[in-house]
Amino acid sequence: MSMTQTQRLNQVVKTVSAWPIYIVGVLPAAWLFYQAVSNNLGADPLKALEHQLGEWALQLLIATLLITPLRDLFKINLIKYRRAIGLLAFFYALGHLLTYLWLDQQWWWSAIWKDITKRPYIIIGVISFLAMVPLAITSNNLSIRKLGPLTWRKLHQLTYIVVPLAALHFVLLKKTWQLEPILYLGVGLLLVGYRFWRKRLA
Amino acid sequence: MTKLNYSDVTPKGVFLNRRKIIAGALASTALPQIGFAKPLDVVKSEYTVDGEITPRDAAVTYNNFYEFGTGKGDPLANAHTLTTDPWSVEIGGLVNNAGTFGLDDILKDVTLEERIYRFRCVEAWSMVVPWIGFSLSELLKKADPQSGAKYVAFETLYRPEEMPGQKNSRFPYPYVEGLRLDEAMNPLTMIATGMYGEELPNQNGAPLRLVVPWKYGFKSIKSIVKITLTDEQPPTTWNLIADNEYGFYSNVNPEVDHPRWSQASERPIGGGLFAKRIPTLMFNGYADEVASLYSGMDLRTNF
Repeated sequence: MSMTQTQRLNQVVKTVSAWPIYIVGVLPAAWLFYQAVSNNLGADPLKALEHQLGEWALQLLIATLLITPLRDLFKINLIKYRRAIGLLAFFYALGHLLTYLWLDQQWWWSAIWKDITKRPYIIIGVISFLAMVPLAITSNNLSIRKLGPLTWRKLHQLTYIVVPLAALHFVLLKKTWQLEPILYLGVGLLLVGYRFWRKRLA
Repeated sequence: MTKLNYSDVTPKGVFLNRRKIIAGALASTALPQIGFAKPLDVVKSEYTVDGEITPRDAAVTYNNFYEFGTGKGDPLANAHTLTTDPWSVEIGGLVNNAGTFGLDDILKDVTLEERIYRFRCVEAWSMVVPWIGFSLSELLKKADPQSGAKYVAFETLYRPEEMPGQKNSRFPYPYVEGLRLDEAMNPLTMIATGMYGEELPNQNGAPLRLVVPWKYGFKSIKSIVKITLTDEQPPTTWNLIADNEYGFYSNVNPEVDHPRWSQASERPIGGGLFAKRIPTLMFNGYADEVASLYSGMDLRTNF
């Protein structure tokens, strides 16, 4: 992308606010749920819904980690959208978790407890989700003021754990090693690794 | 013996659905085998289960057949290229009548019967399928096992040019499975050549597959080309891949969890988003018929 195109893009970003992302962002979830209810997602609509919500959450998480390298390396500044993307990622992760608890396990707590304490991919998924909770709660200006920017930033570095764990959760739930989840893990690790590389240079 | 019509075993809704599919298939012939293959003449059998038969369109679109891809829809998308005619099965090892037999050869002496069996996948989902076929014991008796034979080994076709999943795969193809001889001779153990009143669709293991209803689905090996009687326990594919997850026996057992899933309950496929989980039964509900095969065995170690 030439400098002028980048400048033009950054100009556009200045005029487009972040709030429509919330509205546009939840539409796919609503549409997917509607498709699942009306039995249009194949023979196993539950797994299709559960999987797709999880995959979208993972993609959005990776998108939040892309904002900084895009700015550093390509001078594209999308930082004003990061909060919205992060909160959407949490929304999809929550939807994924609720689908598991409600439609998959059907609130069968003894089985859920066994899953959460015994099965590595579920343990990892739960840790990844729990680490997102404080980030979602503090994704607002008030929290940044209350915590102070430095503490807030430290807290939000939890993302560097959340993303690889979410991708690992995807890798491990497959019965065999499969390319797609491994690619997510690779990209996630690369983006986190970039932070450490950048810090060492600074 | 009475002839059984498809409508006799199928809930009306499913039957009507089938007619809808036929209409659809007539309108568009480009679809892979979701429409109907050759109908088969079958007789009714004593084997049936309580509970609803899984809608046919679920059973022929939701498949684990890694030779055609690891996604549940991949077999439907890719298996239509498989050549199933001509087909022959090599029967050998510790038998007195070894040989390679064409499919017609195998079928000419057997009576095809319909058996409605529960089908339980190790991934904790389940179906109820009206299979068509015959007891494996009929085939084995013709092969005449020698006294030293203790196990039966099965092998799936290896034909990467028609089975895209076999290309560049780390999976140790061809897929192999095995049974103890007494398991293989149990009347429940069947060779299926059809389901839902017709020939097996390719994605379900055409032209002939094993069905062992008290074991997890991956034991029911598809598209068989080789059957070998042995005196030693044969290797089995999933066990070779992860022996801590998949044992040789792999009997359905709600008390022994898979490391990744609880096996205490199962989700019936075909019931939609809100289908209720149902408790999984010991030996998938076939304890009366098969529990004695394992008397004295620790099913936790011999999982």
